[in-house]
Amino acid sequence: MSVLVYVEHADGKFKKSGFEAVAYAKAIADQLGTSLAAISIGNVTEEELGSLSRYGASRILNVGSEQLKTFVNQAYASVIAAAAAKEGADVVVLSNSFSGKGLAPRIAVKLQAGLVDGAVELPDTSGSFRVKKTAFSGKAFAVTEITAAKKVIALNPNAFGVKEQPVDVQVEAFQPEIRGNDLKTVIKDIVRATDKISLPDAERVVSGGRGLKGPENWGMIEELAGLLGAATACSKPVSDADWRPHSEHVGQTGIAIRPNLYIAIGISGAIQHLAGVSSSKVIVVINKDPEAPFFKVADYGIVGDAFEIVPKLIEALKAHKA
Amino acid sequence: MKILVCISNVPDTTTKITFTDNNTQFNTAGVQYILNPYDEIALARAIELCEGGKGTVTVVNVGESSTEPTIRKALAIGADDAVRINAAPRDAWFVASQIAAYAKEQNFDLILTGRESIDYNGAQVAAMVAEILDVPSVSIIKKLDLDGTSATLEREIEGGKEVISIDGAFVASCAEGVAEPKIPNMRGIMSARTKPLVVVEAQAVPELSKIVSYETPAPRGAVKQIPADQPEQLIALLHSEAKVI
Repeated sequence: MSVLVYVEHADGKFKKSGFEAVAYAKAIADQLGTSLAAISIGNVTEEELGSLSRYGASRILNVGSEQLKTFVNQAYASVIAAAAAKEGADVVVLSNSFSGKGLAPRIAVKLQAGLVDGAVELPDTSGSFRVKKTAFSGKAFAVTEITAAKKVIALNPNAFGVKEQPVDVQVEAFQPEIRGNDLKTVIKDIVRATDKISLPDAERVVSGGRGLKGPENWGMIEELAGLLGAATACSKPVSDADWRPHSEHVGQTGIAIRPNLYIAIGISGAIQHLAGVSSSKVIVVINKDPEAPFFKVADYGIVGDAFEIVPKLIEALKAHKA
Repeated sequence: MKILVCISNVPDTTTKITFTDNNTQFNTAGVQYILNPYDEIALARAIELCEGGKGTVTVVNVGESSTEPTIRKALAIGADDAVRINAAPRDAWFVASQIAAYAKEQNFDLILTGRESIDYNGAQVAAMVAEILDVPSVSIIKKLDLDGTSATLEREIEGGKEVISIDGAFVASCAEGVAEPKIPNMRGIMSARTKPLVVVEAQAVPELSKIVSYETPAPRGAVKQIPADQPEQLIALLHSEAKVI
């Protein structure tokens, strides 16, 4: 019995959510009194692989295949399942990222494992194996018992704090055979907006709603976000009106986020919007309507005109940073 | 061309979520059920791809007879026929096993789902169905175009997108951007009543996991109001009290 963690990278660099997955898997291994192995797929340098040891991964399987340079969930799932078999892993952990969501179900079917996606806490392993996950788009949590012998857990980004616990590391090349049938999807292009912070990974988010009156007024939102090192987001009416791209829509039918800081400007706080953001650690609401429902779930609130308050906030933030 | 769209029957987005029986059962009292909003996107794209006699759209739902109004809505929107696999949808693994067992014998060119259901948010069914059928899958797509048997898709990734091509049959889960949901017209609503809705019995599937209880998020403390003329106070509080900047 052991624990295996798949660590995702973007262009050869591990992501914060990947380190979180390693730290989480290490904590599960400690809890079960067993060992942890990590697996990386694609072109990652030895030095970057070594960075996983900071979070407790002492053994790393490196699949440095040219065929698997880009993400093909079928082939990646086969490789991870093969690694789990080789390591005798009963628990497989990965990040509940966009790629993780395509990968975890395939791994679970291959291993006939019980799958919990969107995990937010360490499993309770006293007696049965129970994992708490988000449900009803952030309106509730469901405690799921994995009854199968094998378990796959996809951890939500920003749900489990990374803790450094450096260990000695051993990197081993792993080259399982890849079936042709696993390579039917071809990645033609990868487009990444490198100048922007990715919303699902962001620790801070500044979000605008219909109260901003039009797309031309997003300059101050972007400036505030830039100063905070935050990603920008928006409410559903804003993306429906094409003021902002769909990829920025947070809420029940958009994406669910859980940053450390969420600043909502000109968003009233409909139940569908709150569902997607209520897991944020600190919520700030700026709205001219004192009756806006968002104030009921906010930690800090300012009642007033965003067009007056946001520029003042930007000045105050510049002064704070200076 | 034959397209299968997998649909779920979920609580309306405005539902206040509560539980009964010592927080072990979802409280369905007074809950309105709807066609899962992401599945509406998948259905709309399937109908567009089949326009002008280019193919047929079948919808499949794993559910008890209470889901039939939602299935009829999908038929009213424009699906050609429907299948209901008669069972309570225990979890994603159960649902995916049922859909794959049905699809195995039908030779669909394309199977679409929504990116996730808005109740349990698993985002698992599409990739599980594909794994059981041993065909490619792409989760959370923003765009889908077909050219003969070759498809071009765009998939969302953190901070960007991937452009993907696939030849042959595959499964994809659809997010915003793939299509605009369609509103049924009167002709659609009338014809939905007579379109075929076949009920098939479910297969036995081993249990791998089960939900044992629910929790609701801890309530937040009262909001701390900051005077509108002193927004610099907010920066100070976020720094020294909340410690997030």
